Amino acid sequence: MRGLAWLAVCGVAAGCAVPAPGPLVSYRVTGDAIIAPLTADAGDPARGRRVFEGRDGNCFLCHTVPEGRFMGNLASPLAGVGARLNEGQLRLRIVDSMRLNRDTIMPSYYRTDGLNQVAPAWRGKPLLAAQEIEDVVAYLLTLR
Amino acid sequence: MDTSARRRSLSALGPKADRAEVALVRSFTAVCTAILLAATASAAEPQRPAPLKSGIEFASAHIRALQADDFANPGMLWAERGAKMWQEPAGKEGKSCANCHGDAKASMRGVATRYPLLDPGTARLINLEGRIMQCRERRQQAEPLRYESDELLALTAYVAQQSRGMPINVAIDWHNRRNFERGRETYYRRLGQLNLSCAQCHQDNWGKKLGPETLTQGHGNAYPIYRLEWQTVGSLHRRFRTCYSAMRAEVPPFGAPEYLDLELYLAWRASGLPVETPGVRR
Repeated sequence: MRGLAWLAVCGVAAGCAVPAPGPLVSYRVTGDAIIAPLTADAGDPARGRRVFEGRDGNCFLCHTVPEGRFMGNLASPLAGVGARLNEGQLRLRIVDSMRLNRDTIMPSYYRTDGLNQVAPAWRGKPLLAAQEIEDVVAYLLTLR
Repeated sequence: MDTSARRRSLSALGPKADRAEVALVRSFTAVCTAILLAATASAAEPQRPAPLKSGIEFASAHIRALQADDFANPGMLWAERGAKMWQEPAGKEGKSCANCHGDAKASMRGVATRYPLLDPGTARLINLEGRIMQCRERRQQAEPLRYESDELLALTAYVAQQSRGMPINVAIDWHNRRNFERGRETYYRRLGQLNLSCAQCHQDNWGKKLGPETLTQGHGNAYPIYRLEWQTVGSLHRRFRTCYSAMRAEVPPFGAPEYLDLELYLAWRASGLPVETPGVRR
């Protein structure tokens, strides 16, 4: 919250729109979606699958996907998620799921403000890079 | 109108009006208290998991067998070393723990069930490790024991072992209420880059799978504990540090006030569970 307030102060002082903090790409939320991609390069589903299973994504710890192993059941299974949600809806759910559910257990993968006691090595950095978010969105869209 | 004037005028109206005023004040106080209570309770109502389950209940048959068998339990090596240390004279006074406390089997029985508690001397929360360190420095006037050293883990495991099977029983009262509230606040506070609280995993989702692991209720009733992952015995604060770094959060040092408050909250939350020290986990 402090981060948000600080940004608001900066925005007012500069007389401009509030920019995304740090190195983050700014985005616009429309309803329950971020319609525009975060990057110019299209998402790559194969890379997205690797992020999904990798150390920074760690998605499989909570979600099951078809053909996965050792997966958790803390969150909803993702089989068919590409048919249930559209690209923009998936993007917002990865970027900042807390906007839709304040109490969600899903981390916000593209956010650096309003967090508590972040270790110095990770401070000011999002969990995933903008391109990785696009890749994961592309991968999830293949789960139909 | 000052109070005495008001009282006189009310008295003039008779005892009935006086009673009415008292009743009004009483009901006003009651409403205020109710509002205050509701405000403090709404933030995060402390909850205990139901039914209460020790971490050992989520462990594999192999781990359960290891913990149950004193000849196989690797944590017993530390407890046995602690038993030897109990008898060894140390420091300027050349005194052993046994010189003052006698047979630990009698004098230390049930002690671990009451920790952490408020140290009357410092008015600060102290855990079993802290008490042993304090005794060692002040009474024995011996070389201080480092947090997480094998020596301190050994003595702590030995002392806690004397409460094995006895229910955890910390008292929360006006002495330690503030520590308890702070511990609860930490328990429910989202932390680190992953922005998760203790409660989100160990209160709201215990029993579910996090990858291949089953989330436990996160009790401290078996510490110090032998973890196969560590290949050694470790303290509850070491376990806290593992969780904090997994959340990519700043990791407070061993013995930090934040950990002690959290340890108190966890002890309250685990009230009734038997002490298992030395425990074994994956």
